[in-house]
Amino acid sequence: MNPLPDHLPDHPDRLWRSAEPKRSYDVVIVGGGGHGLATAYYLARNHGITDVAVLERGWLAGGNMARNTTIIRSNYLWDESAGIYEHALKLWEGLEEDLGYPLLFSQRGVLNLAHSPQDVRESVRRVNANRLNGVDAEWLTPEQVKEVCPIVEISPDVRYPVLGATFQPRAGIAKHDYVAWGFARAAADLGVDMIEHCEVTGLDVRDGRVTGVRTTRGPIAAKKVALAAAGHSSVVAGFAGVALPLQSHPLQALVSELLEPVHPTVVMSNAVHVYVSQAHKGELVMGAGIDAANSYRQRGAFHIIERQMAAALELFPIFARAHVLRTWGGVVDVTPDASPVVGLTPVEDLYVNCGWGTGGFKATPGVGWCYAHTVATGEPHPLNAPFSLDRFTTGRLVDEHGAAAVAH
Amino acid sequence: MLLISCPWCGPRDEAEFHYGGQAHVAHPEDPAALSDEEWARYLFFRDNPKGLFAERWSHTAGCRRWFNIVRDTATNEIHAVYRVGEPRPVIT
Ligand SMILES: Cc1cc2nc3c(=O)[nH]c(=O)nc-3n(C[C@H](O)[C@H](O)[C@H](O)COP(=O)(O)OP(=O)(O)OC[C@H]3O[C@@H](n4cnc5c(N)ncnc54)[C@H](O)[C@@H]3O)c2cc1C
Ligand SMILES: [Zn+2]
Repeated sequence: MNPLPDHLPDHPDRLWRSAEPKRSYDVVIVGGGGHGLATAYYLARNHGITDVAVLERGWLAGGNMARNTTIIRSNYLWDESAGIYEHALKLWEGLEEDLGYPLLFSQRGVLNLAHSPQDVRESVRRVNANRLNGVDAEWLTPEQVKEVCPIVEISPDVRYPVLGATFQPRAGIAKHDYVAWGFARAAADLGVDMIEHCEVTGLDVRDGRVTGVRTTRGPIAAKKVALAAAGHSSVVAGFAGVALPLQSHPLQALVSELLEPVHPTVVMSNAVHVYVSQAHKGELVMGAGIDAANSYRQRGAFHIIERQMAAALELFPIFARAHVLRTWGGVVDVTPDASPVVGLTPVEDLYVNCGWGTGGFKATPGVGWCYAHTVATGEPHPLNAPFSLDRFTTGRLVDEHGAAAVAH
Repeated sequence: MLLISCPWCGPRDEAEFHYGGQAHVAHPEDPAALSDEEWARYLFFRDNPKGLFAERWSHTAGCRRWFNIVRDTATNEIHAVYRVGEPRPVIT
């Protein structure tokens, strides 16, 4: 139950080759986060498309990929979500071997706590829905929660008592930097160009078809352009006149000082807004809800952190003397139904992957796989077809506010 | 954390307010005449600029009134605060 390793693997000498931009590519991917890198890798590996550039305005995987709390799970409510997140989880289970790279993927399980009778009903419903979709899930009583994670307070005399929890044993965490580097290295080995410090400042559209990108390092022609710019999706899609149903919000997280192993699993509480796991090195990693107002500032308001810490202390009185070491924020793009948008756009050969909000890290291999298929074939992969942009017109929303687990 | 000047109560901490999203989104005058595409725009699409944004706030822990703000979402700087019904100020 306690998979903390006693040492971390060494860094390899060389991770990827940093490339100069060529004048044209078959596929240009905008955004060098986990999603862009995984898409590049599967384009090359699954579809033999290697004339690909990943353009990143900062440094590779310095966006949300480096800022998330690394929780991986697939216990979403609806069939559509179970499809893509469980596909991702199955890929995670073989990813270290596939990439030939250590990811510290640790299936230590995740508890999603229930604090009210309504939470309990919804959670039990989700367990049943998960099982029907072949996703591992159990309903645990407060006493069973305590067995899985002894440091959770289960007294009934607190403001938000723990009435039980869903438990997904196959869920867990992975080291996000290593995931990005593993994908970058494997994609670069297959011929993909990794181009850092190259901001996309425009999209060239002629006769309803995208023909290339404009960047701070000059224009680059492309047969296809795949957007994977997370928090900045609205800005980038706007270059081609494509409107997206997104709002960008700061999302914060923090870590404590290093502690002895005390926390064997991942605990999430939607109602009180805190998510806690213990990193391999020993920091407690905690995430909060989004800041209410939209903003592109990669920092959030302090009252969010205060609330998050109050919630953490209620659930884990043992943390009372732990010190916060570092807090930070990312910018996440949130959709009205708390599900992503992946697929085609009204502009031909321009593809979009966005709206993963607070929960896209867990999808990294799965979305890379499906998005690569979508870009390579010009047709949505069956697993991302339900997440097409037209669902907002047809009304076939995938309303995951409950299972998305962060208030937004 | 934002310092927001409620038009009625003066400068107060962001924690006293509730956020209401984009301002000046008018309900369609003839809803039955809208196409599905237009309904989708009205219901689900809001501006998301990196830059100046007109938005609604309510002073929930104070006077409980709604008002509008123009804020730069790239810097969080608040450029204007104005009452509901007043036009969006031009910021140069
Ligand atoms: C604090 C926090 C906690 C989170 N916790 C979790 C979690 O526990 N589990 C989970 O599943 N998800 C979590 N997430 C969400 C997850 O991190 C994101 O959904 C996911 O990382 C998004 O995909 P990405 O990796 O490609 O995004 P990013 O890593 O943000 O990649 C997008 C890239 O695009 C680049 N870019 C933007 N504009 C341009 C441009 N014009 N030109 C070139 N490049 C551009 C950016 O610099 C960035 O590197 C969390 C997010 C945050 C912020
Ligand atoms: Zn007031």
